[in-house]
Amino acid sequence: MLRVISRRLVQLVVTLLALMTLVFFWLRSLPGGPVDALLGERATPQTRELLTRALGYDQPIWVQYGRFLKNVVTGNFGNSIRTGEPVTEVISRAFPATVELAVAAIIIAIGLGVPLGYLAARHRGRLLDNATIIVTLVGISIPIFFLGYLLKDWLTQGLHLFPPSGRISTGMDNTDVTGFFVLDGLLTRELDASADALWHLVLPAVTLATIPLAIIIRITRASVLDVLDEDYIRTADAKGLRNPTIRKRHVLRNALLPVVTIIGLQTGALLAGAVLTEKVYNWGGLGTLITDSIGGSRDYPVLQALILLAAAVFVVVNLLVDLSYAVIDPRVRVR
Amino acid sequence: MTRALSDHKRRRIDELIARTSEPGGVSLLRDAGRRLLRNPTAIVGGTIILLFLVIAIFAPLVAPHDPIQRFPELTQKLTVDSIPGATAGHPLGSDPLGRDFASRMIFGARQTLFVGVLATLIGLLIGVLLGALAGAIGGWVDNLLMRLTDVMLALPSLLLAITLVALASRSTQWTVIIAVAIVNVPIFARLLRGSMLAQRESDHVLAARALGVKRRDIVLRHMLPNSLTAVIVQATLTFAVAILDAAALSFLGLGDPDINRAEWGLMLGVDGVRYFEVRPELAYFPALAIILVALGFTLLGESIREALDPKNRR
Amino acid sequence: MRASGKGLRSALAAGTIAVLTIGAAGCAESDRDNGGGEGSASGGTFIFAGAGDPKNFDPIFNDDGESFRPIRQMYDTLITHKPGTAELTGGLAESWENDASGKVWTFKLRQGVKFHDGSPLDAAAVCANFDRWFNMKGEAAQSQMIYYQDVFGGFAGSKDAVYDNCKAQDASTAVVTMTRYKGAFPGAFTLTAFSIASPTAMKQYDSDTVTQNGDSFSYSAFANEHPTGTGAFTFGGWNKATGEITLNKNADYWGDKAKVDKMIIKIIKDENTRKQELRAGTVQAIDYPAPADRKALADEGYKVLDRPAFNILYLGINQKNPKLKDLRVRQAIAYALNRAQLVQTKGPGGAAVADEFLPNTVLGYAQDVQKYEYNVDKAKQLLSEAGATGLTLNFYYPTEVTRPYMPNPQEIFTVLANDLQAAGIKVNGVPRPWNGGFKDDVQQFGKQDLHILGWTGDYNDPGNFVGTFFGRGKVEFGDQAMTEMFDAIGKADATVDQAAKKTAFEQVNRDLAAKWLPAVPIWHAPPALATTKNVEGLVPSPLTAEEFNTVSVTK
Repeated sequence: MLRVISRRLVQLVVTLLALMTLVFFWLRSLPGGPVDALLGERATPQTRELLTRALGYDQPIWVQYGRFLKNVVTGNFGNSIRTGEPVTEVISRAFPATVELAVAAIIIAIGLGVPLGYLAARHRGRLLDNATIIVTLVGISIPIFFLGYLLKDWLTQGLHLFPPSGRISTGMDNTDVTGFFVLDGLLTRELDASADALWHLVLPAVTLATIPLAIIIRITRASVLDVLDEDYIRTADAKGLRNPTIRKRHVLRNALLPVVTIIGLQTGALLAGAVLTEKVYNWGGLGTLITDSIGGSRDYPVLQALILLAAAVFVVVNLLVDLSYAVIDPRVRVR
Repeated sequence: MTRALSDHKRRRIDELIARTSEPGGVSLLRDAGRRLLRNPTAIVGGTIILLFLVIAIFAPLVAPHDPIQRFPELTQKLTVDSIPGATAGHPLGSDPLGRDFASRMIFGARQTLFVGVLATLIGLLIGVLLGALAGAIGGWVDNLLMRLTDVMLALPSLLLAITLVALASRSTQWTVIIAVAIVNVPIFARLLRGSMLAQRESDHVLAARALGVKRRDIVLRHMLPNSLTAVIVQATLTFAVAILDAAALSFLGLGDPDINRAEWGLMLGVDGVRYFEVRPELAYFPALAIILVALGFTLLGESIREALDPKNRR
Repeated sequence: MRASGKGLRSALAAGTIAVLTIGAAGCAESDRDNGGGEGSASGGTFIFAGAGDPKNFDPIFNDDGESFRPIRQMYDTLITHKPGTAELTGGLAESWENDASGKVWTFKLRQGVKFHDGSPLDAAAVCANFDRWFNMKGEAAQSQMIYYQDVFGGFAGSKDAVYDNCKAQDASTAVVTMTRYKGAFPGAFTLTAFSIASPTAMKQYDSDTVTQNGDSFSYSAFANEHPTGTGAFTFGGWNKATGEITLNKNADYWGDKAKVDKMIIKIIKDENTRKQELRAGTVQAIDYPAPADRKALADEGYKVLDRPAFNILYLGINQKNPKLKDLRVRQAIAYALNRAQLVQTKGPGGAAVADEFLPNTVLGYAQDVQKYEYNVDKAKQLLSEAGATGLTLNFYYPTEVTRPYMPNPQEIFTVLANDLQAAGIKVNGVPRPWNGGFKDDVQQFGKQDLHILGWTGDYNDPGNFVGTFFGRGKVEFGDQAMTEMFDAIGKADATVDQAAKKTAFEQVNRDLAAKWLPAVPIWHAPPALATTKNVEGLVPSPLTAEEFNTVSVTK
């Protein structure tokens, strides 16, 4: 197992290096670029010249690439054009925000999706089943930014049920320990801060959960149906094993395997969904960072690092999912 | 990239391959067709798509006006914070620039179809080409191409599209179409390759080979056509995702920059959101249209997939 | 509606707390309600929603409004503007004087002013600031002093440098000597970038260290954590995780002391979200409400404050295209545009058609320039006279951007292009991302025939408008030797006598409209602010240079 993991990690590093090189040269071939982004509307040609030299853009591209590579290897992704902070700092601040949101969304999606999918399968063809299927189909057909937009408009404007945006109330005097605001509040016993953060989390998490929820319901339903159809369940039935036991021991456990896969897969989709959700709710996580670093400001250093991060996270999560198979189903061997 | 990466996507693809590349494809297809016609889901989906296609194709006949013409009777009453509603000759009133909103909704079907179909088709063509190459040649070509698709599958779809748009040096309608298309390339490539590999060992191919049919002809006449069923199912499903992704890009300000173009995603993501308080219909109508069409394609795609499922024949 | 909403909200909050405390002993005492105004001390908190991240808080290294907003509260300039106008008034300098040559500026400083770190503001401190800018070392630092380069021409050792020296005549008299007269002064002394900072603090926190890292720069502890000026607010901190900049009342402020104890600038980039936060009562004021939302907000009882227009949107014409060198074609373009309709249909409240490239409050605005009223027939006639029928033009417009003068570039382009087509000019629209090609293509390479762009004035001087656009050769308008225009503007800008300068610029504006027409002025579009009903004393500034010490929040 350890050897598998280490081989995977080496592969990961090689892939990331290749991706990085590609992104580096591509970004430098674009018009505009950091010089434009750093210069406002007031810049004179002299300033432009100064800046080009200050950033080393007058040097050959290979020299620039060498410097870039050296920086990256030492964990330095440069500074953000927008805020002038090191990119690593910008990203590590945004990271917990998105993880908090994504975890909340996954909890909602699993918490509702698995039982609903299971129930739908048990009541195959009946009203509950059909209603569930229709809801999930609409769920994956609605543009989620619009869903978020509507939820926000209805529940924060007409009815002041939830706050319209942000992760915590402005001026809330919370202590930042881990960057996960709900958790921080619990750790520091500032329960009101924790509740406030949770209250801010509800709408974005529900919005982000829509698509994974729909998918988890469908997958759970399908795999429960599959398992119910398998010979060993029939055997168990024939043996006279009581229904609840069958369900618990055989059906759910075996049906869970595809669901776990889906959750792994959904991390990628969640990140994509987070871009939209975070924009709607001004969330301040990685999604916001992506839109901010593209739209208008063209913050290339941040964008560069984010692309790598997205790829890395996705690969790592998939590795974890593979490993978790081995735990759930001993028949699966990790290659 | 890791082998088990995005296993699920791959597994779904494999499943589809297994279902569609069984020997005796013809009777299976006839069977599937019959099942499809009996399936209410398929009929609902098909009807939606048919309606959508008719409106899209005959838009100039159906629409009361030119979608980009500005009408003096509408602009007269138009200000930045009030947009005139229904008046004589303009059943849905004005859009934010004094154009006929009803006509834009109708022509929107055409543009949306255009974006969806092209994004799907381009993705499909490149994917099929790569997949067929990999499947037909095998060896190191196969290896290289599959590693490439692995890398592409590594980034979540919308994120890849966003990145591509950001990395494009110019923003046009084509940037959006191509970004959305490229996202689908690896899926189609894997699909076709897998399907062709499955057939390589199948009876009819072996028979053809034994009869001395040229390799090129086997690929073109026998293997490709049989693989297309799977591709068509996937394309139907891809279409829905493509128009949703195009709408999302518009919302992020990275979509088609030409707001003269009447495309639902653009109308929703730009005007719909911006003028939501002034006239919510500008958002509701295109959103509804997108949901319906995406639903239609999903329903049809899923029911074809289901109809092809050999399990259902039991 | 709202009352019931509040009830539901606290019920929900209570519910979430209950969930959290399952298993935990004792329940937390909670209703630290959000929103400001109900603080225990007298003034309370004022929460203002800004539209973007500041870069840092060292005035000299910044050039954008979002950075200047907090900076302006913490620092003062030598000369400033009367609230709500672009008229000059004393800031840190009670009075100022220019000698006959126009090169020597004498500032009489206010007595007893102290920086936030307790060090005195005197002539030596002022000179230390001027000398710091002039002697700034390193390309990294210099390249980020965008306003300085623009106004002062260059740094120590440069022959273009405008600054010569600064002498402390006595503790409260600073004498700044320039190498030559420049029309930008005294207006440019009001620029927030030229705020006076504490020399002690700058030294202590290493203010001049700007280091390049990757594609950008790191700034000093002074710029990030210890900005020290003389302003009405002191720096409280910038919580980047929540996007909140906290400013505290400076109890020793020399001018009107802040009415609130604390001010928070909450960064909310999305205009729609800013509005929703205002409605939710979680912020008390927002910048740049969407033009489309103005009416709804006003109807609901929010105060929508229009800033007096101090900007310009123009349609640039590139004379690199030989057809466009013909004045008649440029005039045809001007006649073809229905600018009145554009203002009516797309202009934010208070917008007006522009006939000149500067607002009418600026010196040198001429009352009698040639106007181009919408007239398609005239446009067509001019085109055929010039032999330019069937003209096709590449019209560049930016995407991924909104500017106060250009809230929605795509819509503006679409309307203008439509007008041009109606007059028989074929338009090939070319959208480019603002920082991803638009500025490059338009201002570096001049690929366009037409483009839209604009400007918000920095201070009340015609040179800051007309001079910026047309005072020197720019590829934007075709880098041709339009020497007559450059000379006229240069001469007007160099006129020391104000009355003569006024006359000279009036003539420039007449000629710009009738003779040169290098671009067509479109509109002046004032950006707005919106506040809740209980916010008093917020005076909108034409320069978007609001100071918040006069703001109070009633219960």
